[in-house]
Amino acid sequence: MEKLFRDSGHLIRPALVLLAGLGLFMVIRGAVVPKGFGQYGHYRPGALAMVRQHPLSYAGHEACAMCHEEESKTRAEGKHAHVSCETCHGPLAKHVDDPVANVPKLPTVATLCVRCHEKDQAKPKGFPQVVSAEHSNGMACNDCHKPHSPKL
Amino acid sequence: MEMNRRDLLTIGGKLLLIASVGATFEQITGAEPAPDVYKMADHWWGMIIDIEKCIGCGSCVRACSNENQVPDGYFRTWVERYEVPEGGGNPKVTSPDGAINGFPLPKPVDVKSFFVPKLCNHCADSPCTQVCPVGATFVSPDGVVLVDKDYCLGCRYCVQACPYGCRYLHPETETVDKCNLCYHRITKGLTTACCENCPTGARQLVDFKNPKDPVHEFLKNNKVNVLKAYMATESKVYYNHLDGSVR
Repeated sequence: MEKLFRDSGHLIRPALVLLAGLGLFMVIRGAVVPKGFGQYGHYRPGALAMVRQHPLSYAGHEACAMCHEEESKTRAEGKHAHVSCETCHGPLAKHVDDPVANVPKLPTVATLCVRCHEKDQAKPKGFPQVVSAEHSNGMACNDCHKPHSPKL
Repeated sequence: MEMNRRDLLTIGGKLLLIASVGATFEQITGAEPAPDVYKMADHWWGMIIDIEKCIGCGSCVRACSNENQVPDGYFRTWVERYEVPEGGGNPKVTSPDGAINGFPLPKPVDVKSFFVPKLCNHCADSPCTQVCPVGATFVSPDGVVLVDKDYCLGCRYCVQACPYGCRYLHPETETVDKCNLCYHRITKGLTTACCENCPTGARQLVDFKNPKDPVHEFLKNNKVNVLKAYMATESKVYYNHLDGSVR
């Protein structure tokens, strides 16, 4: 037994170096690997919270209905029932946060309606489409149709 | 005061009724509302897209661009117009500016044509997440493929790995960017910006883990398809009425 360890003195120094290296590795690893890494998979769980922090631009039609009751009701009963308010009026989460400071502009009818309703062969057959140049004789769409409930 | 058995039972019954009403009332008003904690394990997000409903108006593209501040010329979702010649041949596919302003007044063509909205397919077995060398892109526990901006190196491996061309390098941050299924919205109980603003309901956000979600009936009653099924990415964006020419 004594003989086995007699010449083992020279092993101590490499063992110490190895230990110190291991210690250093653990310290660096602890500092570099983000908290909770691997909790759900090979990624940082903090990233999920980070993505969720992104602010809203579109408040959703239910938020609009809280104040604009009448318009919402007209829309819900008409042909545009499934068209969300902000599809035409634009993103209005800021208006919901502060209705006085952020007053939205009315959309331009000339470009708005034809985007959906201009005749195009690629559109589904049942969808109401017109050739705008021939349809209204130059009149604006909302001279006849009410955008919230467009059926005449 | 004298009280017979009948009176006792009547009074007792009334008291019991009052007590029970009181208890319910307290449960409705007095009880603390359950904190609206979003549980990732309870959801598995995807989307259904009905080609027969898409009118190519580009509302989804504009909505996505506004909601996520997508840089000009880059798209997290876009709409393609297919023109398929009769009897085979390559289809003509156009998507001017990703259809952010819809499609220009078309020349009447005598071929089969239709619109195909595209976005990240949020694959369950995604090639893009497998190639990331630093764990900066991943499938979340609720089935959304996300990017960790702080850890992305901008090496573009994932951009090349995506079979659907859904990723791009953000020109300012120089990190990879892509559709995140409006993760900030869906975890708050809202729908995605594109689905919220689709005027015909052609796109619908679905939760496969919600037994009441209409997606289950939809998948049962329709012949749906995913893009590039042969790549076995387990895409969670299901297309209804998808033509065989769509790649």
